[in-house]
Amino acid sequence: MSKSKFKNPVVKWIDHRLPVFSFMDHELNHYPTPKNLNYFWNFGSLAGFALVTMIVTGIVLSMNYTAHVDYAFDSVERIMRDVNHGWLIRYIHMNGASFFFIVVYIHIFRGLYYGSYKAPRELLWILGVLILLLMMATAFMGYVLPWGQMSFWGATVITNLFSAIPLVGESIVTWLWGGFSVDNSTLNRFFSLHFVLPFVIVGVVILHLIALHRFGSNNPIGIDVKGTQDTIPFSPYYTIKDLFGLSVFLSFFAAAVFFFPNFMGHPDNYIEANPMVTPAHIVPEWYFLPFYAILRAIPDKLGGVLFMFGAIAVLFILPWLDRSSVRSSQFRPIYKIFFWILLFDCILLGYLGAMPAEGIYVILSRIATAYYFFHFLILFPLLPYIEKTKPLPISISEPILGGAATASAFATREKK
Amino acid sequence: MSTKSSSKENKNEGKRDFLIISTYAMAGIGAASVAWPLIDQMNPAADTLALASTEVDLSSLEEGQAITVTWRGKPVFVRHRTPEEIKLAKEVSLDDMRHPETDEERVPNEKFIVLVGVCTHLGCVPLGQKTGDVKGQYGGWFCPCHGSHYDHSGRIRKGPAPTNLEVPSYKFLSDNVIKIG
Repeated sequence: MSKSKFKNPVVKWIDHRLPVFSFMDHELNHYPTPKNLNYFWNFGSLAGFALVTMIVTGIVLSMNYTAHVDYAFDSVERIMRDVNHGWLIRYIHMNGASFFFIVVYIHIFRGLYYGSYKAPRELLWILGVLILLLMMATAFMGYVLPWGQMSFWGATVITNLFSAIPLVGESIVTWLWGGFSVDNSTLNRFFSLHFVLPFVIVGVVILHLIALHRFGSNNPIGIDVKGTQDTIPFSPYYTIKDLFGLSVFLSFFAAAVFFFPNFMGHPDNYIEANPMVTPAHIVPEWYFLPFYAILRAIPDKLGGVLFMFGAIAVLFILPWLDRSSVRSSQFRPIYKIFFWILLFDCILLGYLGAMPAEGIYVILSRIATAYYFFHFLILFPLLPYIEKTKPLPISISEPILGGAATASAFATREKK
Repeated sequence: MSTKSSSKENKNEGKRDFLIISTYAMAGIGAASVAWPLIDQMNPAADTLALASTEVDLSSLEEGQAITVTWRGKPVFVRHRTPEEIKLAKEVSLDDMRHPETDEERVPNEKFIVLVGVCTHLGCVPLGQKTGDVKGQYGGWFCPCHGSHYDHSGRIRKGPAPTNLEVPSYKFLSDNVIKIG
């Protein structure tokens, strides 16, 4: 590293003592990135953008919100009607949660398709699953805050899941509530945790990024970067590509916020919470529906809870469940088919989670749940023993620029 | 690049500068328009603005008595002045006042003086509304925080406050009822 990397004397002075500029230059500017990344690699930066949007709008909303059972619902209505631009800020926050999950789910399925969780990126993946869990906890508690009917009964149902734990279940639920039902104490602690958990997520995201930058991004071919000929600097190439992706994302996001702000919500949440009356049909937010379907598919209280949490737990051990050394599905003809079946299965579970728990829906939920666990616990470990993978290219450059000729061209370029 | 003529290169550089500057300008406008709602939400909301006026009935206020009412979350002093107090307030010379205003300018109905009860120095509430209160050297109000003395017209006469006590906008709805705000 040359000392005169920065021209600006102030920057130079600071950087000599506190090398933040060198760090940013190294990690965001020169950072070598595989040159064959497709648009599915945009979703990491989009998730980061969504997190920042949620934190900024959330801080602003908390300035106008009252965490008390008697005032919470009215304070949210006041935000919608009286606070300057309050409707906009709340709709951004509300839809932002949904878009955050859309982006993160695509990000996760990208990882599943291209084998991004495999060595040496196991911890990167595990930190990602941890972020997903934290997001779920945060989103659940955030949904309780407007204190509508869905808030209240969602909180009641989800906290009651813990009553399935043998012996201590009831005591744990009482502890979670701070009383004998979801009440003011519950609302206050949920507000407190909903405020603080996003900053915990920021911390884990930083670890996620440190782990990412250790080995760099995976890529659509899934083979390791062999040298500088396989990479391009992050800036300007991927900064521009990420910004372009962001503008496309914002077009969809703005369309939802301005034209269909309540499309992903539930109308019952505009009725103030009433502990005496349960709505006829309780559904969680759409991003929890697949897990909700798994919960209801199991005809046993404790079993349902275990399978629901198990659906996320299997993601933590996925790097060791998958025995295949080939990362990208492009070279795994059989797994590729099963990947699409898994995606369909998850969407089907989401649909079933929104349907009433009766008749054909229960049977389909059980089949879909069985497939989900079959895919992770049986298919991933055993498939590599029967699957014949396609030959891997020599390098990232080879499929783009052609075979041996390119390799020699690079060899000559390297000499220069 | 080297094959291009230098004039063509210069022309392209001009175009590129224009594109970069206009892109940054658009991004700046975009960022500012996103920031505005987040900043403006801290301004008074519609319901806060709607509560911005208060009606006060003065019929039970005897001569020499004072009441304090709340208007926009701040105390408003209303005092029914005695004839001597009115005389003092009207006759005093404006020459050595820090913020010269005549009593007529400040008090439309000479019997009732209406003031925002917030010291113009650093926002404390001056004493002088209750019978036992210290009223300061000029008999009006006295701010205990940093020692500002106000006279019977609420004018600053001594101490650090830079201006007279503020007169809120108000009007008499009838002989004995005022509407503040």
